[in-house]
Amino acid sequence: MGLSDSFFGQKFGITEHDLESYISEALSAGGEYADLYFEYLATSSISIDESIVKSAVQGVSLGVGVRVISGERTGYAYSDDLSPEKIRKAARVAACIANGPSKVDKTGFESGRRHDLYPVLTAPNETGLAERVELVKRADRAARAADNRVFQVQASFVDSLRHVLVATSDGVLSTDRQPLARMGVAVLARDGDGTPQRGYSGGGGRVGLEFFENDKTPEHFARESVRQAIVQLDAVPAPAGEMTVVLGPGWPGILLHEAVGHGLEADFNRKKVSAFSDRIGQQVASPLCTVVDDGTIRNRRGSLNVDDEGAPTQQNVLIEKGILRGYLVDKLSSRLLRAPSTGSGRRESYQCIPMPRMTNTFMMAGDADPEEIIRSTPRGLYCANFGGGQVDITSGNFVFSAAESYLIEDGHITRPVRGATLIGNGPEALKYVSQVGHDLQLDEGIGICGKEGQSVPVGVGIPTIKIDRMTVGGTAG
Amino acid sequence: MIDPELAQKAVRLALERGATDAECTLAEGDEFSAVVRMQSLEKLIDAGSRSAGLRVLVGQRTGSAYTSDLSSEGIRKLVESALAVAEITTDDPYAGLPDAAELGTISGDLQLYSDDVNAVDTAERVREALETEEAAFATDPRITNSEGASFGAYSGERVFANSRGFVGSYRMSSCSLSTTPVARQGDSMERDYWFSSARSHAKLESPAAIGRRAAERTVRRLGARKVSTQNVPVIFDPMTARSLIGAIFDAIEGDAVYRNASFLAGKLGERVASEQVTIIDDGTIPGLFGTSPFDDEGVPSRRTVVIDRGVLRSYLLNTYTARKLGLRTTGNAARGVTGNAGVGHGNFFLEKGTRSPEEMIRGVRQGLYVTELIGQGVNIVTGDYSRGAAGLWIENGEFAYPVSEITIASTLQRMLTGLETVGSDLEFRGSVASPTLLIGEMTISGQ
Repeated sequence: MGLSDSFFGQKFGITEHDLESYISEALSAGGEYADLYFEYLATSSISIDESIVKSAVQGVSLGVGVRVISGERTGYAYSDDLSPEKIRKAARVAACIANGPSKVDKTGFESGRRHDLYPVLTAPNETGLAERVELVKRADRAARAADNRVFQVQASFVDSLRHVLVATSDGVLSTDRQPLARMGVAVLARDGDGTPQRGYSGGGGRVGLEFFENDKTPEHFARESVRQAIVQLDAVPAPAGEMTVVLGPGWPGILLHEAVGHGLEADFNRKKVSAFSDRIGQQVASPLCTVVDDGTIRNRRGSLNVDDEGAPTQQNVLIEKGILRGYLVDKLSSRLLRAPSTGSGRRESYQCIPMPRMTNTFMMAGDADPEEIIRSTPRGLYCANFGGGQVDITSGNFVFSAAESYLIEDGHITRPVRGATLIGNGPEALKYVSQVGHDLQLDEGIGICGKEGQSVPVGVGIPTIKIDRMTVGGTAG
Repeated sequence: MIDPELAQKAVRLALERGATDAECTLAEGDEFSAVVRMQSLEKLIDAGSRSAGLRVLVGQRTGSAYTSDLSSEGIRKLVESALAVAEITTDDPYAGLPDAAELGTISGDLQLYSDDVNAVDTAERVREALETEEAAFATDPRITNSEGASFGAYSGERVFANSRGFVGSYRMSSCSLSTTPVARQGDSMERDYWFSSARSHAKLESPAAIGRRAAERTVRRLGARKVSTQNVPVIFDPMTARSLIGAIFDAIEGDAVYRNASFLAGKLGERVASEQVTIIDDGTIPGLFGTSPFDDEGVPSRRTVVIDRGVLRSYLLNTYTARKLGLRTTGNAARGVTGNAGVGHGNFFLEKGTRSPEEMIRGVRQGLYVTELIGQGVNIVTGDYSRGAAGLWIENGEFAYPVSEITIASTLQRMLTGLETVGSDLEFRGSVASPTLLIGEMTISGQ
């Protein structure tokens, strides 16, 4: 697709000549590399609460970010006005990072290679609000009908459609249209006058509305949310101390995101501030573990046709049979480390400098039977579902909170336990993985990853795995 | 500067097109940041942006929209968009703007804006960041690496107008200086940070003080051990205590309370904490980050005693949550530029006590001094508390060695009633603040 047929060509009349002139301006003080990131973002959000559609918001934002790289230095400026004079002004501000004669030898643009991972004809954001409001009403009805102990239901449908254009001084011109949608259902349930318990379920991806009609319906999320709240009504205090932990498939893959993913982002490793710095080729996990970050899975929340620097995404092997293989590399790290970009440069918006980030991070399936993994555990904790997590990439210590977990007693899953934080150390924790199931599942599409104040959508996945030793932060002895 | 007339124009246009009430927020901001690393400039960001948000009521239905296009055409589309959204929402008997009698703004200079933030040029800003990082390196030879130092500056303006006749605006500025050193000793590598932020450049701490403090906080973590699982007294330093006070805010804000989604719902007038605990929200203290002349619904900011010597005295409310609970707004409405207002805080803090942190540490025979908490393990509905922690082990009233890779757990109910001592070291480094706190017993989970 040429620029003239693209969203920015059609809607704002931007031409290749314009892009070249902005890049020339950005390099006028001698930077080595410059790029432009145009973004048009339309969002909407609808929520139901107490069976009333209390709130709905829609809006648009538009802008362009100009980046100039000179050695290890980055200059950045942006404008929410696409008039040529405002873009030139931003380019001149970003240019100030460099200090030398202009080095412009433009040779035009070539359309970059890209995938077609979310050929959604009509994005949810392009449909009528009335169709989307029906989804949250259905979720509300289903959650209330599922169990009479439910006393609060909040359901939301949030979607966006992002159009991007990336033009670089090394001649890449990429465009993409990125739909994203997510449904979420939160409930509170209680027994009589007992303590209320919360349940939450949600999902989506780079999909059309038909996904919520055919694949994961509002009723699915509603029932799952209610199930989680009801399970917690009978929960006992979580145990405290080191024990065997079995993670169920799917969203518990957040363990990988925290324990290894962040520590393998190239910016931290270039600066040698990660617990994984200088460890390529070393054993950092049990030989049963192969971990990949894959931005090319169709319709997934973390997938992208091109990253936010115009490079196609790819499948990157991070850990292969326990051996650390590679980092996640963006353009700046690629220049400084003289390593190829892995299509991992992402940013929250045109107001942000790209950084190496994850896409969909998961562990490859093994061959163990998930039921056998539980049967072979005399005592431990089974974690079916998690809340969020966090990592200190320098010490390598990470945590994640178990939202739905159960005691394992004599090889059987028994009582549900209350929420507890699990803590481990990145380069050590996966060495204790003793069994990996054949049941790899990706999460349902709710992940948001934060780094240095920038949030981006991500996915995770994992099969059932057994970790022989991990610290569980409950209160029971 | 934004013309407040633009917000009034959007409100008028919404009424002309069929809205029965409307409120409009305009926001404008310029950000600057200089990041240095290993004594060399790494990043410069310098830019600004604007946005407008509109919320309309059509009878008891609401609709909201936002845009980054503040042209006449942009505002016209904004109005149409909000009205279109209102067609799909449902009548809510509690929806509506504040009563006219509630609207207003507090007078006097709140010292939210200072020209000196923009008077400092880029070269000086970079120099201060370099000096901060340099001071960290100079403090201890074990500081061998750095995640950098940064100087940030922000200035902006917020305008709010509604169809009940309110129009108001205020300017804000802030600047900050911070550094994150990395220390190494044998196989142990640790990082920590320190910062200073203020609404005026003149009030920033010196680069030397910030760098030294950051280095001291980092090297004291080296060689951390994991302790065994046990129940001991826990002292929260002011930075970690602040996150605990933030959790108390989440439990007393009207939205969680009217839904019964808080362990403090329905407890007004009851004793919920030890006598040592007095928690206040005050949006009127000049120069602080939680201060504003009016809230995001046009209601004046004020001082509210939330917990008085252990007794829960008030929730924090906006107009909607107040109506749901049969109470009056406390001037705590908060939102971005659009949407139904949520509840936010002004300067939300635990009032200081009389004991110095050193005395508090000396009084502990065996226990934990927490300097870092990670993870989200706080459940406001049940009060369950379990977070990853790092800090210093206390033996016989003195720091013995650093600890990490442990969790601390209890419930917020037990932590509040078991809060034995409040330190004298209250400092505002943001809009939530607490002195050092001693909690009688928590479960440490480790080896």
